[in-house]
Amino acid sequence: MAEIVTLAEAVRELVHDGDTVALEGFTHLIPNAAGREVIRQGLRDLTLVRMTPDVVYDQLIGMGAARKLVFSWGGNPGVGSLHRLRDAVEHGWPAPLELEEHSHAGMAAAYAAGASNLPFGLLRGYAGTDLVERTRVATITCPFTGEELAAVPALRPDVGIIHAQQADRHGNVQLWGITGVQKETVLCSSRSIVTVEEIVDELEPRPGGVVLPAWVIGAVAEAPGGARPSYAHGYYDRDNEFYVAWNVISRDRDTFSSWMQEHVLGAVPA
Amino acid sequence: MTFTADEMMAVEAARRLRNDNVCFVGIGLPSVAANLARRTHAPNCVLVYESGTIGAKPTRLPLSIGDGELAETADAVVSVPEMFAYWLQAGRIDIGFLGAAQIDRHGNLNSTVIGDYATPKVRLPGGGGAPEIATSVADVFVMLRQTPRAFVQQLDFKTSRGDRVRVVVTDLGILEPRDGELTLVGVHPGVSVDDVRAATGWALQVAEDVAVTEPPTVLELEALRALEAAGHE
Repeated sequence: MAEIVTLAEAVRELVHDGDTVALEGFTHLIPNAAGREVIRQGLRDLTLVRMTPDVVYDQLIGMGAARKLVFSWGGNPGVGSLHRLRDAVEHGWPAPLELEEHSHAGMAAAYAAGASNLPFGLLRGYAGTDLVERTRVATITCPFTGEELAAVPALRPDVGIIHAQQADRHGNVQLWGITGVQKETVLCSSRSIVTVEEIVDELEPRPGGVVLPAWVIGAVAEAPGGARPSYAHGYYDRDNEFYVAWNVISRDRDTFSSWMQEHVLGAVPA
Repeated sequence: MTFTADEMMAVEAARRLRNDNVCFVGIGLPSVAANLARRTHAPNCVLVYESGTIGAKPTRLPLSIGDGELAETADAVVSVPEMFAYWLQAGRIDIGFLGAAQIDRHGNLNSTVIGDYATPKVRLPGGGGAPEIATSVADVFVMLRQTPRAFVQQLDFKTSRGDRVRVVVTDLGILEPRDGELTLVGVHPGVSVDDVRAATGWALQVAEDVAVTEPPTVLELEALRALEAAGHE
């Protein structure tokens, strides 16, 4: 049952060194404030999971929080590379980063399998690509038709972290707009944290809204603006200029480190 | 009106989309071309972005595949697992527009690494939706600026298969598969066959009847420039 706590408390209680942690968001509702809190608390040796690692994963990797990354597309959307991710992979700075790389379709199937408590996800995919040699995927034969399909191991993170627009005072959560794989992230993880823009008396049903009942969530923390520089549909827009600026901030190790010192390590939790 | 090579590429790629197509759109050049098609000859073309937005009708070019305007203007917004399973894998999408860092003569694409996978010279973002887009849509259209570094004899990594690549539109011309090999079938105005050969890292097959692309019309150029002038959100 969701406890309503501060973000700092939620991270302290539920995230541990060495955990597999998925901070999900598909461009929209990226849990940036939670990611920055993970950095502030100095967590180490994390296996980070995300379909589309972007700025907050670049920050986590650049600050040395990650040992391994499970992902399907790691870039700065519409801008270019993630320089801290590249530096870790290409030069081992600040530490080598192990990669487990999938396609979007493969990761989406693996999340859905985890949420369904199945051992693997099934899809028509990966065939004829070099990914097969480099990732965890196997061929499985359909017992009914004989068709050969791809099987990907289910994602079962220790902690799933997402950001949503609202929770009520019992810890029931609603998110709407582009909802990505956030429902699956909460349902496939052993523990979960949901940060929200606001806590309201009553959730009002929204078109396309995804509701997660309090009893599947570990902790809810109010974090207004917690998706920035990503956006929260109905609250604020995506800060596209920041994504462009990040390309410059992150390019150089020293510039990155001093920016993180000033804007993340020195900042109080949202 | 004068035009740039990139404008010619966008216009020629846009022309390939029909009004009744359902098109899976990536960010960058493909998004420019697909949105241009919607503003010119194919207003009913359905644009699908992998963030889960089906039938998005953005008024400006989105910077990312998940910009808010895509959700606000979409006919339907679905989850990402649903997008890849029910919509892409199920074969409901006709056209996939892909870009890449490298392409080979068979239309196979690399968007994963330059150099060795374990010790890459350049770590690129990765495949994202491409591996399954390339095998789930009926027709793959590729957009890529043509240089010897991009049009290579041997890919550093095969991110997606080329079997369904029907056309490659570059800033120099048009390639289509003939007998399993990408063949130059058209050059843009002012470009020679030798220019394209020089920009290709393999011995390029050239069709006997290489066409010259129709230059962009005033209407096409104005629509493209209006789209780009509106910028991102």
